[in-house]
Amino acid sequence: MGEVAEPKTSSNARNGNSHRKSGDGAVVEAKAISRRNLRNGLLFIAPNFLGFMFLILGPVIALFYIAFTRWSAFGDPKFTGTHNWVRLAHDKIFWASFWNTFYYSVVHIPLTLIIAFALAVLLNSKLKGRTFFRTVAFFPYITSIVAAAQVWSMLFDPKSGPINMFLRLFISNPPNWLGSTAWAMPAVIIVATWREVGYYMILLLAGLQTIPGELYEAAQLDGANGWQRFWHVTVPSMRPTLFFVIVTLTIGSFKILDLTLVMTDGGPGTSTLVLAQYVYRVAFDRSDFGYASTVSLVLFAVCMVVTLIQFWYNNRKAD
Amino acid sequence: MSMSQVTSESKIPEQIAWNKPKRSPAKIVGTVIGYSGMLVVSVFTLLPFFWMITSSLKSNNEIYSIPIKWFPSTWHWENYIHIWTQADMSTWLLNTIFFSVVVTLLQVFTGSFAAYGFSKIRFRGRNALFLIYIATMAVPWQAYMIPQFKMLSSLGLSDTRWSIVLLQAFGAFGVFMMKQFYDSIPEELSEAARLDGLSEFGIYRRIILPLSGSSIAALAIITFTNTWNDYMGPLIYLRSQNLYTIQLGLKLFISQYSADFAMIMTGSVLSVLPILVVFLIGQNQFIEGIATSGMKG
Repeated sequence: MGEVAEPKTSSNARNGNSHRKSGDGAVVEAKAISRRNLRNGLLFIAPNFLGFMFLILGPVIALFYIAFTRWSAFGDPKFTGTHNWVRLAHDKIFWASFWNTFYYSVVHIPLTLIIAFALAVLLNSKLKGRTFFRTVAFFPYITSIVAAAQVWSMLFDPKSGPINMFLRLFISNPPNWLGSTAWAMPAVIIVATWREVGYYMILLLAGLQTIPGELYEAAQLDGANGWQRFWHVTVPSMRPTLFFVIVTLTIGSFKILDLTLVMTDGGPGTSTLVLAQYVYRVAFDRSDFGYASTVSLVLFAVCMVVTLIQFWYNNRKAD
Repeated sequence: MSMSQVTSESKIPEQIAWNKPKRSPAKIVGTVIGYSGMLVVSVFTLLPFFWMITSSLKSNNEIYSIPIKWFPSTWHWENYIHIWTQADMSTWLLNTIFFSVVVTLLQVFTGSFAAYGFSKIRFRGRNALFLIYIATMAVPWQAYMIPQFKMLSSLGLSDTRWSIVLLQAFGAFGVFMMKQFYDSIPEELSEAARLDGLSEFGIYRRIILPLSGSSIAALAIITFTNTWNDYMGPLIYLRSQNLYTIQLGLKLFISQYSADFAMIMTGSVLSVLPILVVFLIGQNQFIEGIATSGMKG
């Protein structure tokens, strides 16, 4: 992206030095075009960029300062050095939320990836009804979190919910789901997977459709069976798409917030309290905006590490 | 990522009877597995929706009846009338429509405008500026929502309509998505228009914009859906109930009438229905847009 060659301009063109008499008319004209382009370009970008700068870039930069301050509901932030970070290191609830986020990600990422990949392969086949299937699989993704969480909470009802009623056909003692510290997180993961699989399916399908059919034909001529074609043609050709999907899925898992907030409110206990929800809680329940920013910065750092790995991978591939 | 058509059906050359390949047993097994997989996933995906709709038409004590009742014994269509008086549905829906429309217009306008600047005008510092956009796309909103909230609050904008509009309208996603599309329009087209003396705005309006109908539709539908479904933004910024969106309102309703399951499901159906219709109308653009540039959220 964005790898368009910049027009070569000499360094003094920036000063717009019209007083310097240049014998070469073409150079003068090039400078005029370059100036006009700069003005026009900035004008086109301005409406979005001003909003973007004020609402996204500004807050992101401010985060790095606020994370080192004490800031209550009123007044200005007061710089406290590393105080917040020492507090963070000893904060048991922070670490619980950190590991909960990790737990959620470690299960949710492979689960979603495998199902989405399988569905994308299905959609890429010539089976009838796949257009309908694509639409259906995408429904959960456009369903609002509040409605989805509410329906699933009722489905998960331990006593008389349909899920446990179904499970009682096979086991006498089905899980307590949202009421139990052990099963609340798996329930959240099931709902998140239900909701997101269709989205990643579309991304993976787009990748599958870029694989030239000749590759499969050649493999078939060489006597490769379906399974071998999958591992030796599909998977290697899908590497860039897979990588993009995994990065998106990872960041998406780290930042999970609204689903747990609506479905479990982090409970029971702290069993589904995730990092982003801890940020929310510290900020809006306790008005401790400085420390909330400190936790935010951890979330930021984790996502940045994933993004940097992506950059590193892309550059290595380009070499 | 460069993506080909996800939405259009792949054209299968007309099969000639004597040219048909023989079906091997493995292929038949694969087909059976394929169809059963599709069936199982469809059922699993649709069951919560089915349950939501039938529950919204049941009486309260029928929802959790044992054994499970798939269909209501009497259909309580009146739930869909009562909810309008029992809850402030019309206010919530009107607020949500207002936010979604205004945000979508702003996002499409500023996004396509900026994308034109990034894609078609060569100026110094362009790549650096665009890199900033790309870099912040990887930063989740959850990481900077606190400083953003404090900034908007200090300007007295929290608990106003402005907060939600500003929050959603200037995302980098729209710029990124539209730039992806503009980059695919040949440079010669805008170059030729420039030589003909058309201004940059003229090129944008007369050449580029008419070509970008489906991309703009995609961006509009995606933005509309995101704004409609957003829960966290309104939750943090809106306090006054007369500003509530459908998501906040539904959550409030759930906490107020926690035992009125049928009504809660009625409200849930009503909150999902409009966006489902929008999706069904524009699903090709929607899915194409996602396949080419991912989606924020």
